[in-house]
Amino acid sequence: MYYNWLKLIKEGFNNNSAWEKTWRNPELKKKYDVIIIGGGGHGLATAFYLAKEFNIKNIAVLEKKWIGGGNVGRNTTIIRSNYLLNQNEAFYEFSLKLWENLEKEINYNAMVSQRGVLNVFHSDAQRDSFIRRGNGMILNGADAELFDINKIKSIYPFLDFQNARFPIKGGLFQKRGGTVRHDAVAWGYAHAADRLGVDIIQNCEVTDFKFKSGRCIGLQTNQGYIEANKVGCAVAGSSSLLMSKANMTLPIESHVLQAFVSESLKPVIPGVITYGAGHFYISQSDKGGLVFGGDIDGYNSYAQRGGMATIEDVCEGGMALMPMIGKSRLLRMWGGIMDMSMDGSPIIDKTHINGLYLNAGWCYGGFKATPASGWCFAHLLAKGYSHKLSSNFRLDRFKNGYLIDEKGQGAQPNLH
Amino acid sequence: MIIEHPLLGPRDIHEFVYVGDASLLNRPKWDSKDAEQKFYEYMYLRKNPAGIHQELWFHQQGDRSWLVVSRNTLTHEIVKVDLVSNIVKEMNL
Repeated sequence: MYYNWLKLIKEGFNNNSAWEKTWRNPELKKKYDVIIIGGGGHGLATAFYLAKEFNIKNIAVLEKKWIGGGNVGRNTTIIRSNYLLNQNEAFYEFSLKLWENLEKEINYNAMVSQRGVLNVFHSDAQRDSFIRRGNGMILNGADAELFDINKIKSIYPFLDFQNARFPIKGGLFQKRGGTVRHDAVAWGYAHAADRLGVDIIQNCEVTDFKFKSGRCIGLQTNQGYIEANKVGCAVAGSSSLLMSKANMTLPIESHVLQAFVSESLKPVIPGVITYGAGHFYISQSDKGGLVFGGDIDGYNSYAQRGGMATIEDVCEGGMALMPMIGKSRLLRMWGGIMDMSMDGSPIIDKTHINGLYLNAGWCYGGFKATPASGWCFAHLLAKGYSHKLSSNFRLDRFKNGYLIDEKGQGAQPNLH
Repeated sequence: MIIEHPLLGPRDIHEFVYVGDASLLNRPKWDSKDAEQKFYEYMYLRKNPAGIHQELWFHQQGDRSWLVVSRNTLTHEIVKVDLVSNIVKEMNL
């Protein structure tokens, strides 16, 4: 099915009764050229770019639950490319460029909204480090602007400029950053991949890998055995569990990150704001809810829900930045399981087993990376070697010392 | 979450700092032949189980003792809490 104006008008007169399914519900075949484990944003994007850019035809995406039920539907929907290190910034800038053209590419309204991301700073030292990061962004082809306090006051007059402990001194602004409707990203990539013939199989959990002379040749699933030439794993917080079936131990801990939505309010926050003295980021959805989040809970978890201590901490951050938020009420909150890597940066690499590839370690920055992650992982799966932009995201960098530690925290995953 | 401290009784996790997998207590020997590989595994690789996980918590806002907490990562239920000093004695380090 292809969405267009004509169809929209026709269905308008038709009481919306004849829309086809966004994607098929195909039967599982016996054999595929490439199988992607994990039907989240990254897995679906990988399948889409494999079919579209790398001309591979016989692809399946296996999802253990349902499309859009994992982290792709559990984040705070922010897109940006404001990293310091070259290894990261070039990659995320590529991702932002793909976001800018995404809706045409996948024929789906993902509500990509480049409303601007502002990082507020509170001290001279923090200003200097933000300027340095902004220069790093510009050197990699991204956009960055330094805002003084008057400029911020003109856009966000409600911030707490009188705060004695953490006065707002200015901000680093990326105009091209913004938000995207997250579940539409999953549905859109599923829709686009499906149109190119990718089989999306839901409720299909991989129970084991099948190996033959050092090569991964197939998968045992709850829907039977499937042969595969190549297998790509993109299962985020479940990476350690899945790869342990291949006797691999990963440089990853799984942690829970919570996200929050308030009741619907009239439009009040035009862009994305992040707090510099604590960990708090906020935007307003088109439905009016304030969407915000903060730190991970900080202990290993697979529970997809977090604790009150972190909720309190996040709300304190919100109150310190914009006291008016105290008048709104929390409507709902949820948790997602993050694959926190040991240096805070992702892994897109082959494994020591032929035909088995890994895409993991996104920490809590995976959503904005979705298009570039899919593209680079597809490149690796199709060509057998890394895309230039993901060539630093190696699995063996922890052994060799080529870490990409954006925050300089060391091997302490709950601090990244 | 409430951690049942062996000496102080039930304490809120606000008072603690989470450090990570209790395997961090088993520091490899620096002079062994495979020290390089062993330290790589010690430093960077984690079993990361879904289920009972033995982990280190530091009572920073309390008596500054180190605890080994056995906790279910699927439910957050804490099943056992020990003082690191006792565990280390048992490990015979």
